[in-house]
Amino acid sequence: MAWARRILRVNLTKGTCTHEPLNMDWAKRYLGQRGLATKYLTEEIDPKVDPLDPGNKLIMATGPLTGTCASTAGRYSVITKGALTGAIACSNSGGFFGNEMKNAGLDMIIFEGRATSPVYLFIDNDDCQLLDASGYWGTSVWDTEEGIKEAHGDPQIRVASIGVAGEKGVKFACVVNDMHRAAGRSGVGTVMGSKNLKAVAIRGTKGVSVDDMPAFLKAAAAGKAVLADNAVTGQGLPAYGTQVLMNVINETGALPTRNHRDIQFEGASKISAEAMAEPRESDGKPNLVRNAACFGCTIACGRVSTIDRTHYTVVDRPQYQKASGGLEYEAAWALGAATGVDDLDALTFANFICNEQGIDPISFGATVGAAMEMFEDGVITTKEAGGIDVKFGSAKALTDLAELCGRGEGFGAEIGLGSKLLCEKYGKPELSMSVKGQEFPAYDGRGIQGMGLTYATSNRGACHLRSYTVASEILGIPEKTDPLVTDGKAGLVKAFQDATAAVDSAGICVFTTFAWTLEDIAPQIDAACEGDWSVEALLATGERIWNLERQFNLAAGFTGKDDNLPPRLMKDAAKTGPAKGLTSGLDKMLPEYYQLRGWSKDGVPTNETVSRLEL
Amino acid sequence: MKIRVKLYASLAEHLPAGTKGNETDLEVAADATPATVIAQLGLPEKMCHLVLLNGVYVEPSARAATSIRDGDALAMWPPVAGG
Ligand code: SF4
Repeated sequence: MAWARRILRVNLTKGTCTHEPLNMDWAKRYLGQRGLATKYLTEEIDPKVDPLDPGNKLIMATGPLTGTCASTAGRYSVITKGALTGAIACSNSGGFFGNEMKNAGLDMIIFEGRATSPVYLFIDNDDCQLLDASGYWGTSVWDTEEGIKEAHGDPQIRVASIGVAGEKGVKFACVVNDMHRAAGRSGVGTVMGSKNLKAVAIRGTKGVSVDDMPAFLKAAAAGKAVLADNAVTGQGLPAYGTQVLMNVINETGALPTRNHRDIQFEGASKISAEAMAEPRESDGKPNLVRNAACFGCTIACGRVSTIDRTHYTVVDRPQYQKASGGLEYEAAWALGAATGVDDLDALTFANFICNEQGIDPISFGATVGAAMEMFEDGVITTKEAGGIDVKFGSAKALTDLAELCGRGEGFGAEIGLGSKLLCEKYGKPELSMSVKGQEFPAYDGRGIQGMGLTYATSNRGACHLRSYTVASEILGIPEKTDPLVTDGKAGLVKAFQDATAAVDSAGICVFTTFAWTLEDIAPQIDAACEGDWSVEALLATGERIWNLERQFNLAAGFTGKDDNLPPRLMKDAAKTGPAKGLTSGLDKMLPEYYQLRGWSKDGVPTNETVSRLEL
Repeated sequence: MKIRVKLYASLAEHLPAGTKGNETDLEVAADATPATVIAQLGLPEKMCHLVLLNGVYVEPSARAATSIRDGDALAMWPPVAGG
């Protein structure tokens, strides 16, 4: 129960859709979503396959709690070999699509092969068809979603699609559902585009059952009470969203600025949550219209924003004058501090374009930041940049490049390579602020030491969500640790990684963990699912998933040498703030981390670890 | 002596009337501590969740014993988080 016990296998080469029973032995060991789909992927593809080869597969997966009445239980993930990284990719999204998929009786959809011409998958409960998408090819996420709903005459259909960026091979293209919720990282949308798969549209009304309904209702209600009573999830996140971190991280001296050259941004306050709430001069209205919630969420951290109608980006462009998905912290950082741009409306516009055309704002903004540094160094000139002055701080360069990258055109297509390939192309590989090809998010590993280890060891390339030690090192959740020291960080990172892998496999949002511990989550999973889902079982599952992902990466050709940070973080000391004079202490943390993981000195799980985890 | 006080999120409403943005200069006693500044501004103590002196975290138990120097920056937030 809780699992629908059914997957849909879609062979795009043959044009077939086949239902199969879920492998319940695997479900009991990998839970669902991230863990279970990784198990399927690693069993079914050659780890060395080119991510854009038809031999790569793409899996959309829900968790056992997806579609239930647990808070935030609308999540799904997209799992594949990432186009940006060549590593295991798993990108998690909220909105309403995951719930619809589960209600169509699906734990997973596995896409294999490549269609000969653009198609979209339409699912109406048990009825599944591949339909012609040539009319949507070349159009945005927004137009595709609206077009499909209109074509089927059903506004209740939920759609996940790619924009033009995913069709054109932009390496960090996303899968966007519900207009502005994205499975954002690692280029999962690029893989979808390589399969000629434009969209997945679902109508599901079958309902979701659980193993022990009275116990589940009790556990879910208790969980909601914890979220409501907690000052962060009950008040802070709904009122200010994740963007409240902009000033916090800047004050802490860990806000990567201008391609990580600096770690404090003088324009931070202009692009913060507080700035989004300030009435603007032109119409007296603030950027922030309201907050928003994903399916079943009782936190509602989402932002809905408008752009000043007199701003150069939207004058005479009414389609961008409407309220749409606003800035989250990561996007505001990448589009703002990483590029030195402090124009809130320009950032909001670039964010709209990222949603409209399906590009990851983190990788996009960070890559623009790298291009700006190369422009300043004279390695890239306006000639290469198609006439654009790619200067740090230029709002116009940022918004022009967002539009070009979204369409995969001109210098925007070069930005679409991601910072690793772009910097290699121009002979400056050291300027790519990435790990395993994926750009860093919004925390500097010198100012928050645990995040350096987090990025270096993240299985999907640099990522904050694999072990969000910021919670402990900065925010004191569950307890405060010193961000400037390396002691204890190996254990902290491992603990966050294992717990997060379990949460990501359950169908709920990781933001619940600002209030919930596994003690709050385990009773909900245990009541919903057959089997024993104690805290210990969840932690063991999380550790198993982490090691399975690691094994895939090793088989794909990664080694311990890839658990590294760019020279800038290892050699150039922070110039200001509390971390002034510090570099990343990765070399101190990594050996201890390997030891705690039960890995060899080269970062390979030992035979003992493999058998202990029953891999 | 004069210090820079920065109040964010819901604490901003406790900034002196007419303050632009989230920060202001504040005249404080020579022996000021984060605890005395919190009292001087009438901030609800429970809402002063994250207190940073020149960017460095001050534990609740250390707020009355940490000296502030002329020109220091004291920044405070209610319980917040992000990702
Ligand atoms: S906390 Fe935010 S991201 Fe998570 S489910 Fe709720 S609205 Fe969506």
